[in-house]
Amino acid sequence: MLDYDVVVIGGGPAGLAAAIEAKKNGIDHILVIERERELGGILQQCIHNGFGLHVFKEELTGPEYAERFIIELRELGIEYKLDTMVLNITKDKDLTAINAIDGLMYIRAKAIILSMGCRERTRGAINIPGSRSAGIFTAGTAQRFVNMEGYMVGKKVVILGSGDIGLIMARRMTLEGAEVIAVVELMPYSGGLTRNIVQCLDDFNIPLLLSHTVIDIKGKDRLEGITIAKTAENRKPIVGTERYIECDTLLLSVGLIPENELSKGAEVELNEVTGGPVVNESMETSIGGIFACGNVVHVHDLVDWVTEESRRAGKSAAKYVKNQLSSGCVGLNTKPERGIRYIVPQRVRLNNVEDTLNLYMRVDNIYHNTNIVVKADGKLIKKIKKIHLTPGEMETVTLPIHDLKEQQIREITVEIQKEGGINYGN
Amino acid sequence: METKEMVCIVCPLGCKLQIEVISEAEEKYKVEGNKCSRGEVYGINELINPTRVLTSTIKIKNSHLSRLPVKTCGTVSKHLIGECMKEIDAVEIEAPVKAGDIIIENIVDTGVDIVASRSM
Repeated sequence: MLDYDVVVIGGGPAGLAAAIEAKKNGIDHILVIERERELGGILQQCIHNGFGLHVFKEELTGPEYAERFIIELRELGIEYKLDTMVLNITKDKDLTAINAIDGLMYIRAKAIILSMGCRERTRGAINIPGSRSAGIFTAGTAQRFVNMEGYMVGKKVVILGSGDIGLIMARRMTLEGAEVIAVVELMPYSGGLTRNIVQCLDDFNIPLLLSHTVIDIKGKDRLEGITIAKTAENRKPIVGTERYIECDTLLLSVGLIPENELSKGAEVELNEVTGGPVVNESMETSIGGIFACGNVVHVHDLVDWVTEESRRAGKSAAKYVKNQLSSGCVGLNTKPERGIRYIVPQRVRLNNVEDTLNLYMRVDNIYHNTNIVVKADGKLIKKIKKIHLTPGEMETVTLPIHDLKEQQIREITVEIQKEGGINYGN
Repeated sequence: METKEMVCIVCPLGCKLQIEVISEAEEKYKVEGNKCSRGEVYGINELINPTRVLTSTIKIKNSHLSRLPVKTCGTVSKHLIGECMKEIDAVEIEAPVKAGDIIIENIVDTGVDIVASRSM
């Protein structure tokens, strides 16, 4: 049996930041377990720039952002194991892990940090009918092939889904010589950043077909073509709008799902909307001493926010090990209401919050000229004017905790309220 | 008179800009549709000299991976991106490389270098 104070599962941006922060808060016996052959996680294949504007105040590529944390981890002497798979964890914080050098390992931890990230939704998850030919990839898999392994995945490409990975891959495939015929989006709006629509699609004259989807796939060995159709408001294809497109490759950028198989094994409570663990202000899950951060909790749109959240998890895990995290105190719950899909954290113990409480949330649709309205036990405490809200961008609400403590608040709700006819556009 | 349409990317609002060229010689432009002054600056720059940071990969030998991620150290004219890609595709290097190492100097005479964006 190996003993550690803190075991971090996953060596991507979340795990790296959490481990570094735990170390800086006085914990020496830390182990990071990574199943890949190197640290850095998904950042290593995100060779485009735009990372780090908040954390480093400069624009970095994914690998550059990762390298800064990897260097710091090594300089701090934090132990890590690569090519190592955690097989299961228990609610008593025992882990079983395996690799080719150490064999099977039993590890006991005082605290565990879950930072396993997320996985892409696949064709099976969205049930596209048609043949099962080669040439159908998730966008992230294609990104790894092209950017790291050096394999070009196709020549005539259609991309389903206009989230940021889909848009980034449209540009990448074009730069490497492929013809990207179109990006097809089921919704009437793109889930990606405007910046990416301009620089990845408009720059290369790639059409974005909103309210369209793929309804059939044709091909014997290799993909030969797909059929797309317009979709109605209920997102169902409209008969008579079908169009056949000849192509050899279909990339899917149709959503990400937090990877929580290990969490489930430890009976960590999961949230239905995020697909990730229910967490409190310290990023602690329903099981004391098991923390979670990054995309395993909820899918982020900026790695900078992953870093911020993971530092909080790392610091809290250190406090937990040192018996400085108060667990018995009274807490409050957060609850998303009209227009809000979810709020993280779901639970808050005010004694563990220093001066301000940050709530992270996503809206369920595009809204113009609205207010984000925050209520404490039904009483209005904050109203934030918003010209533009979109599900693709995470919103943050900051609350001073003094009043909440004083009034012994039990529930905070957040909702979207329409500002009737008033234009804040100027 | 020529009018060009584009979407502003300075902030998440995404204003739809219409830029009218009043006089190219005197660099006089009229920007409409912007909700702030940053939109005007963006629109004019994007019309007269759009620039981008280019990121791509270079073939690398003797490493655990076969591609090295690289970027332009600064922005290059959008119109030169295709030519930059041709030069990038023709290069093959050997590990070890350190992040920030210059891989191609002064690509396509832009005055901008291509640098490694990770150590390998």
